[in-house]
This record gives sequence, structure tokens and C-alpha cells, in this order.
Amino acid sequence: MTRTVQIDDLARRIKPGAKLAFAPDYGGVPMAFGAELLRQGTGDLHIVCVPAGGVLVDMLIGNGQVRTLESAAITLGEAGGAPRFQAALKAGAIRILDATCPAIHAGLIAAQKGVPFLPLRGLIGTDVLANRADWKTIQNPFADEPDPIVAIPAITPDFAIFHAPVADRFGNVQIGRRRELATMAYAAKATLVTVERITDENLLHSELSAAGVLPSLYVEAIAVAPKGAAPYGMWSGEYDTDTKAIAHYARTARTEAGFRDCLAQLLGMAETA
Amino acid sequence: MTAPVTPRELLIVAVARLLDGVRHVAVGASSPIPAAGAMLLRALKEQQDETVRVSILGSNEHNFFTNGGVELFDCAAQGRIDAFFLGGGQIDGHGNINLVGSGPYPQTTVRWPGSFGSSYLAFLIPRLILFREEHSPRVFVDKVDFISAPGASAPEVYRPGGPVALLTGLGLFSFDRQAGRFTLRSVHPGHTVEEIVAATGFTFDIPEIVPTTPGPDAATLALLRGRVQEEVSECYKEFAAAWRAETQQPVPA
Repeated sequence: MTRTVQIDDLARRIKPGAKLAFAPDYGGVPMAFGAELLRQGTGDLHIVCVPAGGVLVDMLIGNGQVRTLESAAITLGEAGGAPRFQAALKAGAIRILDATCPAIHAGLIAAQKGVPFLPLRGLIGTDVLANRADWKTIQNPFADEPDPIVAIPAITPDFAIFHAPVADRFGNVQIGRRRELATMAYAAKATLVTVERITDENLLHSELSAAGVLPSLYVEAIAVAPKGAAPYGMWSGEYDTDTKAIAHYARTARTEAGFRDCLAQLLGMAETA
Repeated sequence: MTAPVTPRELLIVAVARLLDGVRHVAVGASSPIPAAGAMLLRALKEQQDETVRVSILGSNEHNFFTNGGVELFDCAAQGRIDAFFLGGGQIDGHGNINLVGSGPYPQTTVRWPGSFGSSYLAFLIPRLILFREEHSPRVFVDKVDFISAPGASAPEVYRPGGPVALLTGLGLFSFDRQAGRFTLRSVHPGHTVEEIVAATGFTFDIPEIVPTTPGPDAATLALLRGRVQEEVSECYKEFAAAWRAETQQPVPA
């Protein structure tokens, strides 16, 4: 049974050392949840970006909460590079598992299917592969000729976490065409969701909405967090990305002191909200 | 009087020409010039009653995908995407691209976002176009510090795709996947072969005659500044605004 809880309760379910999969910046990135996680300071995290990350991951790195980062990219989009991510790499402060987008999807899909790996084309001869001791090049068992292919091991996050426009009171969550959110949820041991609002209407009752719904079966708990993806936008059209705010972060967080200001401001805002 | 063809319009037209004959072209996020080139080709082909599909990642209007982030990659694996664009913080003379960083990995001196889908798509999409506006020795290096995607592969590696061309702010190169080498094909107006040689950190072949990259005819230019500009502004507001500003017709005195 999916529980509806306060957002700080939602974040408290994360224990140090947990492996977390986050939605991408365009797909309901859980920023309000992230603010709680930053406040609680839960450390030693293994973050899996599905398949890339931005401000949320940069702030968790800046606050020293990330041990391992698995991602195809970290970027602030048009605002430029992610400052704390860059600084942490230079200092050797985090372990980076550079990936490519389809490899993240493949690892999650393997977990979804309960199989140990999924083979993936490409990659051979790249330094992405050369730096991933956990990926193995194998021979296609069905080919007579040499046909090397890369086996991507299953990625099983402890939690998949994302922000969505609406959930119903039964715990079903609208994800629209953002199917990677379903993939994350299928792969993870549990899924935590924040939403703009909760509706009384059962989202599974209409055939039109049901196909774009993640059923409550996968969802451990939900918290209401209005504008929970901001400064990123919400794909359902509720609000757009605040590019000025992201550019401000990109500039300010270049220094450690500037980053601390950004963090204090974010947590202060969350406090008074 | 029509404002003269701007450098970005020349690049958009060059992109459309490189895409001639494709059925489906995909364009990654933050790639306004490739997106505009694909939209121009679509508009031009429509006049001949031909259909070109354009998938702009991150756009609602110009995106067919309903199966999440994985669909682009599945589509590429099935051969349903004919062309795609990749850039690079570094690109070398063997067509290797680096989207990760310069200096020793992982404690890179300069870190870029990361490889995104390049380490996969570069193997599968037949007409991969390398595009980087900045043409300088720091971008076009002898050897990349990190291979996000290789230009060429060993014969046993499954590889229906790979780079065919490199378009920069100075000129256009073709890429020979067998030889793993670039050939200069044209120089943009106002630039010279010597300038390109000086700005490139790798060696490449130079034919005896290197023509000037041709611009658009009047009808294509009108289409570009009309419909294409309008479509581009849906995904790239700031790019479209800057473009519109530089091509605004002068007010008659």
C-alpha cells in the first residue's frame, strides 16, 4: 500500500550508502526532495542519473554527500558546466562511473527483467568502456564469426526518485510518455515520488490515462511538493524551467563560498515554503 | 533590400545539404544549427512532396517518441535513424571525439558534461555528422585525451554507422572511415585553406581545388528566414531571437 507522507519523511527513508536513481532534468527531477536530502545531509550516496544530471546532483556533490556517481553526463544546459561536479573530479573527491545514455537504460532494463546483464552495441574501442571494469566484452554466443558485444550488468537502485504532476489517492502516478520513470521504478527496490497534487479520481479507470500511469504496486511513498521540480520545469506544462535561476547557480557555485550561499538560500526557501 | 547571408545561415544550409536523402534525422539537445538544417531540409523536401522526419530531442512539437529516453537508441539500433550530429570538446584527425574532458582521466584539467549517447550512436547511425563551430587547435587536436566515440573500428566490430563529415565555422571536411582520415571539401566565404591548416591540430588531405562553401539561393533564404526561423524558435528561443536580430531588414531611410 502506497503511503502519503511529508517530504521530510520521504527523504528520511534514504540511509547512508544508498543507491539512488534520479529522473533527468527534463523528466521530473526531484528538486524539492533533493532539498530535504541536502538538509538531512545523508552521505555516502551512489547516484545513478537516468541518464544525465544537473543542479540536483551538483549540489549533492558540493555538499559532500556523493561517494559514487554513475551518469552519461552532468550539465547545467545552456548555463554551462556543473561547477561542484567539476571541482570534485579535479580533487578526486568522488568516484566517477562515466557511462553512455543507453548503457544506463540497459542496466535498468536488465534489473527490470531480473537478468544479470543486457548486451549493448557500440562502446568497443571507447575510453568509456576502458574505464568500466564492471562492464565485460563477450562474444555473441549465436554468431559463428567473431562478434564482440558489451554486457552491461543490471543496475538495481535502492530507490528510484522522481517528481510527477499528479498521483491519485490510491498511489498511482501519472508519468505520461516519460517511460524511463517506469523503467527506473521497475528496476529499483522501491520508488519514492513527489507530486504537484493528489486527485480523488483513480487514474487507472480511464484507458486514456492508464497507459501513462505508474501503478501504485511500485510506489512505496508519495509526498506533495508544489513546484517540486523547480528551478527545472514540469513536462506537464505547469511551469517552465527558470533558466535565470540555473544560470545564477552556475555562476555563483563556482566558488565553495558561493555554493554555500546557494545551499543556504535553497534550504531557507524550503523552510519558509 | 535583403540582409546578406550570415555565417550561421551558411552553416544551416550546409547542414541541410549534408542531410540530403535522409528519411529520418535526429538532433540532440542544445544543437540549434543542426536542428535548423534538418528543418530546412524538411521544408525543402515538402515542396517536392517528399517527407523527412525530424526528431528534436527535448522538443514537444518536433518529437515522435513515446517510449522514453531509450526509444532514440532503440530506433538507432533498428536502422530507423539515418543521420545524427555529434560535437566534441576535442576532435582528432582519426575522427575520434572527446566529450569528457582534457588532461588525464578521471582527474581531468577541464571537465565537460560527458559522453551522453555518443559512445553508442556513433556506431549505429550511418550518416554521423561532426559539427563544431569553433575551429581552433585546442578543439581539433592530434590525439584526443579521451575517446567518447571512435572514428573508425576494427573489422570484427559491428558498425553500420560512423562519421561521414565534419562541419566547422571555417569549412567542411569529408571523412573516410576506411582510411580514418579527413579531406577538406570546401572553405566558407571569407576564409582560406591556409587559415584552416593553421587552425587545425591534425593533418588532413587537401585536394588541388577546394571550392567555396555555397550559400542559399533566394527562395531557400526566404524559407530559412520564414518558416524555419519560426520552427526553430519553438525549441531554441534565444538562438532564434539572435538570428532574427542579425537578419532584420534595414528600415528604409
